Amino acid sequence: MTCCLRPFILFVLMLGLTLAQSPYGFGVPVDEEMVMSFNIHPSIAPDGRGLPEGEGSALEGFEVYAFICAGCHGPNAEGGPYDRLVSDRDFSAEVPDHLLAVGNYWPYATTLYDYIRRAMPFSQPGSLEPNDIYALVAFILAENGIIEEDFYLNAETLPQVEMPAKVIFNPSPDSFLPRTEE
Amino acid sequence: MNRRKFLQKVAGAGAFLALAPKVLAQGAKAFGEAALAPMKVLGIPLTPISQRAATENHVVRYISDTLPSRHTGASFSPIEHFQGLITPSDLHFERHHGGVPTVDPAEYRLLIHGMVKQPLMFDLEAIKRYPSFNQVMFIECGGNGQNGFSRTPDEAMTATRSKGLVSNSEWTGTSLKLLLEEAGLDERAKWLLVEGMDGAAYTRSIPLDKALDNCFLAYGQNGEALRPQQGYPVRLMVPGWEGSTHIKWVRRIEVSDTPYMTRDETSKYTDPNPDGTTSFFTWEMLAQSIITYPSGGQALQAEGFYEIRGVAWTGAGKVKAVEVSTDGGESWQEASLQEPVLSLSMVRFTLPWQWDGKETVLLSRAIDEKDYVQPSRAEVIKAWGYNHRYHYNGIQAWKVLEGGKVVNGDDVLS
Repeated sequence: MTCCLRPFILFVLMLGLTLAQSPYGFGVPVDEEMVMSFNIHPSIAPDGRGLPEGEGSALEGFEVYAFICAGCHGPNAEGGPYDRLVSDRDFSAEVPDHLLAVGNYWPYATTLYDYIRRAMPFSQPGSLEPNDIYALVAFILAENGIIEEDFYLNAETLPQVEMPAKVIFNPSPDSFLPRTEE
Repeated sequence: MNRRKFLQKVAGAGAFLALAPKVLAQGAKAFGEAALAPMKVLGIPLTPISQRAATENHVVRYISDTLPSRHTGASFSPIEHFQGLITPSDLHFERHHGGVPTVDPAEYRLLIHGMVKQPLMFDLEAIKRYPSFNQVMFIECGGNGQNGFSRTPDEAMTATRSKGLVSNSEWTGTSLKLLLEEAGLDERAKWLLVEGMDGAAYTRSIPLDKALDNCFLAYGQNGEALRPQQGYPVRLMVPGWEGSTHIKWVRRIEVSDTPYMTRDETSKYTDPNPDGTTSFFTWEMLAQSIITYPSGGQALQAEGFYEIRGVAWTGAGKVKAVEVSTDGGESWQEASLQEPVLSLSMVRFTLPWQWDGKETVLLSRAIDEKDYVQPSRAEVIKAWGYNHRYHYNGIQAWKVLEGGKVVNGDDVLS
């Protein structure tokens, strides 16, 4: 009996220590399951953490884009009432801001997934399924000439896409990321 | 008072009258029956909440009429009408990315998770139980002053449209450091990802050092709960940094070892340089000032005395001084700073001025506690070019025309 109780007693003691460190304790401790159910749009870092299962290519993304994105961003992602997504020239100091787009100004492809998932479509944010989001990201990257139209993006391949605009960021934005162990 | 002193005073007053006939002539308007009418009837009875005088209803925020949607975009504080340090809560500038959410305070939750020893969830009452403090503090949009990057200055510019994406409030809240310590920081922790509960689920990365230094969670604004447009029920405050980091309707703080490189810290709120590179994580707001009276769109009635008035602020801390030129920059005078002069708050400056009725240009420049001097428009354009979008803090010039009309005095640069 004593033997069975020992881990329990230890647990209670540790819990007591944890609580003792906090002078107020007005926050409610939550477990990982509750964290996940509240965190409906897990943030996606450049290393790909936060990306869900699923995949898509530009071939599928074209159709999704035509239905839900083209009205604001133009039939060919050249911009409409809202931002241009496809760049038509390299970045330089002479390029006005309305011509800055994914191809010439976005340093990380993961940002596209993160932003589309949380904020798009504008009037129904957060309504897209993972496959559709991967397909849309693929369509936008393919239109910018960054990937092939039959290239499938998923949690593994998306973080590996090298964005041409990363080099214009000074200092290198990679220098802010945690060092990956070789 | 003896007879001689009395006579001296009368003589002095006579001399003053002789010197200032125009001023008196203006002041001596006849009055109408309406000036007496309110004394002959009962006024409005007690009300649970009061409204502005109906005759002040023209003092409103400016919103561009060319926005494709008003669910994103900005409204500008009418700074040309401000009379004190505090921006009335319903005139605080706004910048939203997916509309203003309607949040039920009873359902509100804040989650702190990630690289912490114990993820914690707080409701509004829990946050309010922590030790509280007040801070008078400005918030300025990173895009404030953006019109200064136009090649052709807009002659009809007003102070509101020039630099009205700034406001100053008394904020009440609790230390973010305290709540983070409650959850217990992992030794890998270096960054926070902060998320709002709006339709854009707006997110920004904040370095942990800044969070532990002076960030706080605000639930009070000018003595009452935050306005919905300002993040009701709780927003993050990041003193001195661009407004877009002050996440409104804050619902989730993830402690991490990495910045997340969100859309609004990479493709937006970043600064193209003339050398073909782009600067980012440029969070601190630089010293600014603007003359709000006389300013664009206003008109001086006649030559004579005017008190030049304006506001100044800096993300670096305290405004040390404001200098004003009434001759287009040939000479500068130090303006008076009105008390209180608080760190990270707007300050008001004044300078007495006699207008001789001739065309001239008025300028103001702020100097911060680190002796940084607010640059001229030419200096800003030389350093950053025209294709910048954020952090414009060039001097706004106002040209007073003969006849008293005030217009944009910014130069067309070559």
